[in-house]
Amino acid sequence: MPRTCYAIAAAIAIALLPASGHGEEKKDTLVLGMILEPPGLDPTAGAAAAIGEVTHYNIFEGLTKITADGTVAPLLAESWSVSPDQKTYTFRLRGGIRFQNDEPFTAADVKFSFERDAAESSTNKEKAVYADIAAIETPDPLTVVLRLKQVNANFLFNLGENTGVILEPKSAASDATHPVGTGPFTFDNWVKGASITLAKWPGYRDAAAIKLDRVTFRIVNDPAAQVAGLLAGDIDAFPRFGALDSLKQFQGDARFTVTVGSTEGKTILAINNKRKPFDDVRVRRAIAAAIDRKAIIDGASNGMGVPIGSHYTPNDPFYIDLTGRSPYDPAKAKALLKEAGVSLPLKVTLTLPPPPYARQGGQIIAAELAEIGIDARIEMVEWAQWLDGVYKHKNYDLTIISHVEPRDLAIYANPDYYFQYDSKEFRDIMEKVNTTADASERGRWLEAAQRGIAEDAVNAFLYVLPQVTVAKKGVRGLWRNSPIFANDLAAVSWQ
Amino acid sequence: MGRFLLQRLAGFVATLVAASVVVFLVLEVLPGDAAQVMLGPEAPAETVRALAHKLGVDRPPLARYLGWVEGMATGDLGTSYAYDTPVGELVAPSLALTLPLAALAMTLNTVLGLTLGLYAASRHNRLGDIVVMSLSQIGIALPTFWVGILLILLFAVALGWLPAGGFPGWSAGFWPALRALILPAVALALVQGAILARVTRAAVLDVMREDFVRTALAKGLSPGAALRRHVLRNAMIPIVTVLGLQLSSLLVLTIVVENVFSLPGLGHLILNAIANRDIVVVRDAVMLLAAMVVVVNFVVDLLYVAIDPRLSLREP
Repeated sequence: MPRTCYAIAAAIAIALLPASGHGEEKKDTLVLGMILEPPGLDPTAGAAAAIGEVTHYNIFEGLTKITADGTVAPLLAESWSVSPDQKTYTFRLRGGIRFQNDEPFTAADVKFSFERDAAESSTNKEKAVYADIAAIETPDPLTVVLRLKQVNANFLFNLGENTGVILEPKSAASDATHPVGTGPFTFDNWVKGASITLAKWPGYRDAAAIKLDRVTFRIVNDPAAQVAGLLAGDIDAFPRFGALDSLKQFQGDARFTVTVGSTEGKTILAINNKRKPFDDVRVRRAIAAAIDRKAIIDGASNGMGVPIGSHYTPNDPFYIDLTGRSPYDPAKAKALLKEAGVSLPLKVTLTLPPPPYARQGGQIIAAELAEIGIDARIEMVEWAQWLDGVYKHKNYDLTIISHVEPRDLAIYANPDYYFQYDSKEFRDIMEKVNTTADASERGRWLEAAQRGIAEDAVNAFLYVLPQVTVAKKGVRGLWRNSPIFANDLAAVSWQ
Repeated sequence: MGRFLLQRLAGFVATLVAASVVVFLVLEVLPGDAAQVMLGPEAPAETVRALAHKLGVDRPPLARYLGWVEGMATGDLGTSYAYDTPVGELVAPSLALTLPLAALAMTLNTVLGLTLGLYAASRHNRLGDIVVMSLSQIGIALPTFWVGILLILLFAVALGWLPAGGFPGWSAGFWPALRALILPAVALALVQGAILARVTRAAVLDVMREDFVRTALAKGLSPGAALRRHVLRNAMIPIVTVLGLQLSSLLVLTIVVENVFSLPGLGHLILNAIANRDIVVVRDAVMLLAAMVVVVNFVVDLLYVAIDPRLSLREP
């Protein structure tokens, strides 16, 4: 009898197999996994990285493009020139481009978009970049002249971020729910909470080069469900895969390829610089010396991730490796605490937001701090609580967080930022970084900035978050690294 | 009977009003706001204020509460902060998943629980009884989410019969949508069915010990006929009570199962809305859940009366 049962089960299994997504025929559709659902689909109105992951380069395009290696390339602008004082940018736009609602793309759309980004009611995360444009001139439909109030050496990079995409005036107001851009894919369908589907746009300027007909972004929060979705074949690729503990399983499986690249996520143990005793640089240096970066990378990131010694990643221009400035040295840490006159054990709280790097890394850091006599009480919070308590009200001692914005050293020049680092010297350095036109001289200031916050041990700098992608064999063209949060689907194909 | 219905209706309204106050106050003291969550840590304070104003979250609490109640009364549920979509358009598709899922799970649960419970009672203290009771003991001990993961590993990963999660929507066709609900419904029904089987067995055994059953048997009725005609109806009161409780808890348990199977149902909507501080969605969806639970209880009360008409005559 049991044998009959097995036979029946096997027969049913074989009968059902083709229906369950193991087929070979689908070469022009792709299902991509993503962890968080975007709130709306207008990258100029909301800040979530997930908005860019779906729309950037696929639906919306900007004047410039940040490529897979982090360099700036032309996109809607085919060329540009910059005035000697670095304050006037003249863009030559690509001709013959239409929006997905068949409106032509012209200089007027650029003017409209950037003025909208700078407006009083704008909720653009990079509003400051656009508020800094003194005048936008459109001498002809394919030329845009931008006059900046002050030099911004990152300007072309900023225009390539998803906050700088060009919208079409008639459809702009409804872009959050029904985005319309100039890119190779159109918005098709959004099953709230489950998936977002894009379809190839036949009217794209280079439609013949686009290999995929339909792309579905499947939203899967739960790490176990991410693993199951890939194993069951429901998901073709998971760029920013979240279940790092299960990675071995995929690395040993011939059906999958696993790539490990890097992001711009600077993971730090942030310190409240205004709170006693952290206002004493010796105490902050002691904390930095108490931390063994390798142990944290092994324990919280499965051994993946590059250690950093400042708020800067090896992908960024003029990076210097400063990990040697704060090596793991518990004896030195104890001596520093003694010198600072801190009475031990020092009781502090360590606030941990939900990401695994924080929750797992927090346990290791608490143990390492205990070694030097700092008794860290762990407090788990959800994301909204973290934003409210730590970020907005600065009510914390220590916290672990990854800053994913590229090239964001300038946050250290804001004394009101949540780690409350107040240094006139650093602000002067950043002023030079922002306003120096000469590249190599600016590079020297960038190095000085990296060194400045490392010397002051503003925070304990841990490592760069890895970008882990698990994909079925045969999926080609996904970015290995994430200089920005995007999935450039025009380059993706099945082998 | 009319008075009974009126009393219940008044209770229904009072419960909802009390729930609305509690829901509003709880969400009021929850730290964090939608504008900050939507814009993230890198956004300048000025931008966050602009968004808060646009969303209307900077209005005084009383104005927001009254606006909400007024909206509910007039059928305007408001607009989600996060999705910039009317709440009705978010809740309707999520109900189109959660209600069929709960119904499917409830059907499986009832069939499984009643069948096994009656079988065990009829085999009291014999092998069949012991096997069913041991299995149901295990079933009760298993957490639903873990059963869900095991089912995924077996039926989706190892055998490839059913999808591991996700929901294509009813627009994709009846069968693809139903396929996506089978495993979650089974995960819910296995645990609940185990509880129901034990309750059914105990209720039936209790009634079987009553004098009137002995009388029925003594006057020559076969055990099967006595079970059908006299025992079942009298055992139904505790069973219906448990079924009502189970339906309410199934609606809540779907939150867990929807997470395991990445299903965009009501629970998933609420969970995400809480994380996003999308208060408009949370409070409407929670009120809806509260209303559904109250309705379930109301139906259970009506069923009591149908099963045992004496109950409607009793003073509460």
